[in-house]
Amino acid sequence: MSKKKVKEMEEMAAQANMSQMGLIWHRFKKNKLAVIGLIALCVLILVCFTSPIYLNYEKVITQDLLNAYKSPSRDHILGTDMYGRDLLARMLYGGIYSLGSGLIVVAAALVLGVLFGSIAGYFGGKIDTIIMRFIDIFMAIPALLMTMTLVVVFGQSIYSLWLAMIITQFPGLARVVRASIMTIRDSEYVDAARIYGAPVGKILIKHILPNGIGPVVVSATMMLGSVILTIAGLGFLGIGIASPTPEWGTILSEVKDYIRYYPYLGIIPGVAIGISVLCINFVGDGIRDALDPRTKK
Amino acid sequence: MSKTLIEVKNLTKYFDTPKGKLHAVEKVNLKIGEGETLGVVGESGCGKTTLGRTMTRLVEPTGGEVLLDGKNILNLQGKAKNEIYHSIQMVFQDPYSSLNPRLSVGNIIEDPIKTMGPKMPKGELHDKVLELMDVVGLQPRYYNTYPHELDGGRRQRVGLARALALEPRFIVCDEPVSALDVSIQAQILNLLMDLQREKNLSYMFITHNLFVVKHISDYIVVMYMGQVVEYAAKKELFTNPAHPYTKALLDVIPQPDLSRRNRKKKILYGEVSSPVNPKPGCRFAPRCPYATSKCTGGEIPLTEVGPNHVCACTLYE
Repeated sequence: MSKKKVKEMEEMAAQANMSQMGLIWHRFKKNKLAVIGLIALCVLILVCFTSPIYLNYEKVITQDLLNAYKSPSRDHILGTDMYGRDLLARMLYGGIYSLGSGLIVVAAALVLGVLFGSIAGYFGGKIDTIIMRFIDIFMAIPALLMTMTLVVVFGQSIYSLWLAMIITQFPGLARVVRASIMTIRDSEYVDAARIYGAPVGKILIKHILPNGIGPVVVSATMMLGSVILTIAGLGFLGIGIASPTPEWGTILSEVKDYIRYYPYLGIIPGVAIGISVLCINFVGDGIRDALDPRTKK
Repeated sequence: MSKTLIEVKNLTKYFDTPKGKLHAVEKVNLKIGEGETLGVVGESGCGKTTLGRTMTRLVEPTGGEVLLDGKNILNLQGKAKNEIYHSIQMVFQDPYSSLNPRLSVGNIIEDPIKTMGPKMPKGELHDKVLELMDVVGLQPRYYNTYPHELDGGRRQRVGLARALALEPRFIVCDEPVSALDVSIQAQILNLLMDLQREKNLSYMFITHNLFVVKHISDYIVVMYMGQVVEYAAKKELFTNPAHPYTKALLDVIPQPDLSRRNRKKKILYGEVSSPVNPKPGCRFAPRCPYATSKCTGGEIPLTEVGPNHVCACTLYE
């Protein structure tokens, strides 16, 4: 027996006693990029979200013009900005706003998207038409324009930013959910579940959603990336989270006039945004593959 | 005929299509006794699958009755409707799409019990699933495998175990072997027959394969475009077919007997006419070599042509 075969058999034996979640994790682990992305993302989130414990917010907003434009050094690991504020402290607190807002918006959009998408997709007919026409109306207006208008209407604050982002983002997810549910709704294993009296909720949660969630997870992670970018973009335009609150996009917009002479001011928040989005996409791909037991590696 | 378990009266299902009403099942009458198998034969699109799905209420009928132990199950709603699934179950055609690919074999088989069966502790449920797997001839080592890891025959065994989980008395088998290799077809058919003997199950066996029907059925219904054209005990039908369509069907069975090989066959010509807003009269008339003006007049009733043998044809009126 070849070595490969022995390894395969050992693996099968190991899998035999695993739970559903255990199996998913087992498959996820095999994707190196996804694991690296997950670890990086976890470290990033952990470091940012624990920063209030060891860092005083005063440090983030107190200006110290004598120490402006300090390149990275021992005192200021990432240097200081044009007002002499420690960039590391601003980046750490900024992570809370950037990543946190992204997570909140995507989680809420996912809940709404799955709810409306599954109702429309499963029941079809008139219910579907009504829900989808509303969603079409939302989608007919450019997302950025819509977000900006809503923020202005609700009054500029972080909460209205979240609300506006959720309203503009969930219709896209609802569509993806609806489409994947419609393809599975009429399959024979769903009929089989109907024929032992499974209620609609159970059919959706146990039989349809797990099989249709792949594309939804991928679009949600892509969305997380784009939401973080949009929030940064809105910050840059001055509509999002307002300075001096340290959001990564806001930081980037503050320093835009000085990038030419002090490139590190732009590179640091840019790289932070880029790395987070990249890691999120890796993790998304990994989750999609891990959810599907047919994936061969 | 033994005690009647299922009786179908005037069961009708029309589908609304842009072109008009599609007559999928029209005024079908059947009886299935305890421990008996009724074979339903007919070509693709003749409404056999819709008949099965209407009887299990996966499709809501346009009219008619399905009596289980003398009670109509078609007007039940909510919980009472789900109760019928303790008695009626279904085995599906394609074992590749009738099993949820995200659930392991064990999960698939235990799901009906978890949904509808008596509440039982985890260990007991596990034992019950292993017992069901044993009944259908699946080894315990498949408990944690996923459907895509199994071959067609084993998958169909999983589907069968799932159908047996609620201990039904009647199983609608919708072409359960047509997607399988010939050698595996025989295994599954024999398994179905063994189970029938052990548990006194009744089957409605939907198929287009006459060999299969001959092997497994007690009674046979021949359908053409949604209507029953002939209904007889198996032996009677094969030795003494009455309807021209049945004759044509039996005539094209490949003959293993060499001496009969070069006999001229009556081959049917023409296409099945459209089931959307069909013309009155016999639907087989456009392809029938014996068709007369009488055939296209009005409805042709099933008339008795022998013991346990009815046929809808003007030749026997």
